[in-house]
Amino acid sequence: MPKLSPTMEEGQIARWVKNEGDAFEANETLAEVDTDKATMEMTALSGGTLLKILKPEGDTAALGEAIAIIGQKGEDISALLDEVSKNGASKAADEKPKSVSEPEPTAGGKAAEPTEEVRKEAPAATPASNSYGGRMIVSPIAARMAADNGIDLRTIAGSGPQGRIIKRDIEEALAGGGSKTAAGAKRFTPSTIVGAAGYSDEPTSKMRQVIATRLAESIGPIPTFYLTVEIEMDNVLATRKQINASLEDDAKISVNDIIVKAAAMSLLKHPFVNASYQDKSIRFYDQADIGVAVAIDEGLITPVVRGANLKGLSEISAEIRDLAAKAKAKKLQPEEYTGATFSISNLGMMGIKEFTAIINPPEAAIIAVGASTPTPVVRNGEVTVRNLMHVTMSCDHRVVDGATGAKFLQTFKQMLETPAMMLL
Amino acid sequence: MALLTIRDALNQALREEIIRDENVFIMGEEVAEYDGAYKVTRGLWKEFGDKRVVDTPITELGFAALGVGAAMAGLRPVIEFMTFNFSILASDQIINHAAKMLYMSGGEFKVPIVFRGPNGSAFQVSSQHSQALEAFYANFPGLKVVMPSTAADAKGLLKSAIRDDNPVIFMEQERMYGMKGEVPEDDDFTIPLGVADIKREGKDCTIVARSMTVPMALEAAEKIQQEFDVSVEVIDPRTIKPLDIDTIVSSIKKTNRLVIAEESHSFASVGAEITYQVMDHAFDHLDAPIKRISTVEAPMPYARNLEAAALPSVDKIIAAVKEVCYI
Repeated sequence: MPKLSPTMEEGQIARWVKNEGDAFEANETLAEVDTDKATMEMTALSGGTLLKILKPEGDTAALGEAIAIIGQKGEDISALLDEVSKNGASKAADEKPKSVSEPEPTAGGKAAEPTEEVRKEAPAATPASNSYGGRMIVSPIAARMAADNGIDLRTIAGSGPQGRIIKRDIEEALAGGGSKTAAGAKRFTPSTIVGAAGYSDEPTSKMRQVIATRLAESIGPIPTFYLTVEIEMDNVLATRKQINASLEDDAKISVNDIIVKAAAMSLLKHPFVNASYQDKSIRFYDQADIGVAVAIDEGLITPVVRGANLKGLSEISAEIRDLAAKAKAKKLQPEEYTGATFSISNLGMMGIKEFTAIINPPEAAIIAVGASTPTPVVRNGEVTVRNLMHVTMSCDHRVVDGATGAKFLQTFKQMLETPAMMLL
Repeated sequence: MALLTIRDALNQALREEIIRDENVFIMGEEVAEYDGAYKVTRGLWKEFGDKRVVDTPITELGFAALGVGAAMAGLRPVIEFMTFNFSILASDQIINHAAKMLYMSGGEFKVPIVFRGPNGSAFQVSSQHSQALEAFYANFPGLKVVMPSTAADAKGLLKSAIRDDNPVIFMEQERMYGMKGEVPEDDDFTIPLGVADIKREGKDCTIVARSMTVPMALEAAEKIQQEFDVSVEVIDPRTIKPLDIDTIVSSIKKTNRLVIAEESHSFASVGAEITYQVMDHAFDHLDAPIKRISTVEAPMPYARNLEAAALPSVDKIIAAVKEVCYI
């Protein structure tokens, strides 16, 4: 059973796409597997024949447990079968034919051929992961250069095969460090999740470390505090009405779409809210990847709108519609629900006026959005009715202080009360 | 400087050493009246006669043994094998006698002998006549192994080999006999054994090549420079044993990357030994796993296209350099 989602520990065979005796090409789907998050396609790393299914549909297998035997047609698999029955959850044997249980089928790198022959093409440099079975891989010279220059290798995305950190990466990091002081601009490292926000890790100051430790001791793993703001939504509602007047029914934007956009725009002005506390460093993200909580039958999942600060309302709206539909069908891919930089939970449509949400680590904050309700208010000495919405932000105090959070909410409130601000 | 083929440079070395030292003589199949199977000994029999240039029957074990005995008695024989493939017949004399005599006689008998001839593939001579045997001989203490890649190196190293008091395996390459190069016009020109030569300076990647793969490595280096602006250093150890590992290690400390190109099969090859020694001396300087281009692990096919596919090539070397340079 290969690892098909970042958090899965076992998988259930939903369906075998290939039957025993079927031949297949590399990258063809062999089976569909229910993981803890979604139904994933398990694809073949290389061509062959499905010789024996060990785990029929409905069966569950732990990671690494043999689920089938593949090899060449007509090959003798009795020895392998013996081994599997003896060891139960045995890893695949080294020689062919082998069980389809070893590496991640989605990872690009093929297993190294035990020959000195040069492969036609060097494996593509994928910054997608700089770990090799969870272990960071670093070339010896890169490791030494990093040590000599006090560079934390965890902050470097390797550009070699399997994410190996190589000399070039250290040289670039060193060059980047130099130009950073020159230009004063943050240097962002690409994320390990495709399409997700890049980040830069800034060393944590002593004061910040002490604050973090003391607050955490006092309240638990994430010292959370809450800030509530009241926002007048009349202008948003009017703007939405104007926009939707010219849109088809299936393309109309929601209030929530505008909230997502406003949050994203505000986050870029308040980097400490678009960040993660990382012990020795604070990780700042270069774009706002907004997690939007979606209720599904079995619970809750938070699909991510990548780079929402860069996207228009229609794009955000269409994306959320699409992600929510996928979430309900359990078809979300891991990269679609992991790696947000900030989250929004909106229970307004369920009549909730005000609530608090739980932070989704390692994000620094989440906002809980209540219903916008017509409320009598005093404006210019007169009592009048306005649509008020209560937003409560849960903040990780290790990175967001009260004033930082309040300033963010001020910007957020301003954006919503004067939607034209979002054009800036 | 004179522009000479490797064949003629070897011929000059032999001629000069025959003149220089009355104990030097050449022995082998067709070396005298026929001027040598590959004409390395051309003209020497006519000039120096039967005593200095000796034709033998097809009896490798026999004439190798005569050579070892002659060397023990004080002469300096140069034994030509028509190819090193045939030296396998004589390997008992080379390995069990020549290589061990000084040690087993307690220093009583030195064996100043050169075994020379072409090594490695030629032109479609198939499985039994295409072998590169340097790793085999380099494995035995008591033997020196020399593999020149240019006319000047061929001449200077052969003269040093003849003057050396130890048995020397001197491996030429049939495909390279006609290659030309500048050779110093000095009848006392020698190149010391055990000293590598940097054939091309570079800073991004080191290629260690020997014999036939040296011109390939130089061509590959040029193409890589043109196409990728990557600067490749090419090192020719010239002497396989003793190996000048220091020159290789200092190059890797500069480039951090190594490709080894060799004509022998890969398993337990000289390249494998260099890989180990580099790992031992320069592990912390490597930026990529060492890559090695060797002849494939199969008997050499006769067919021209298969022979070409089995051997190292410029393209294979380029691919390996790209891989270690992550391009």
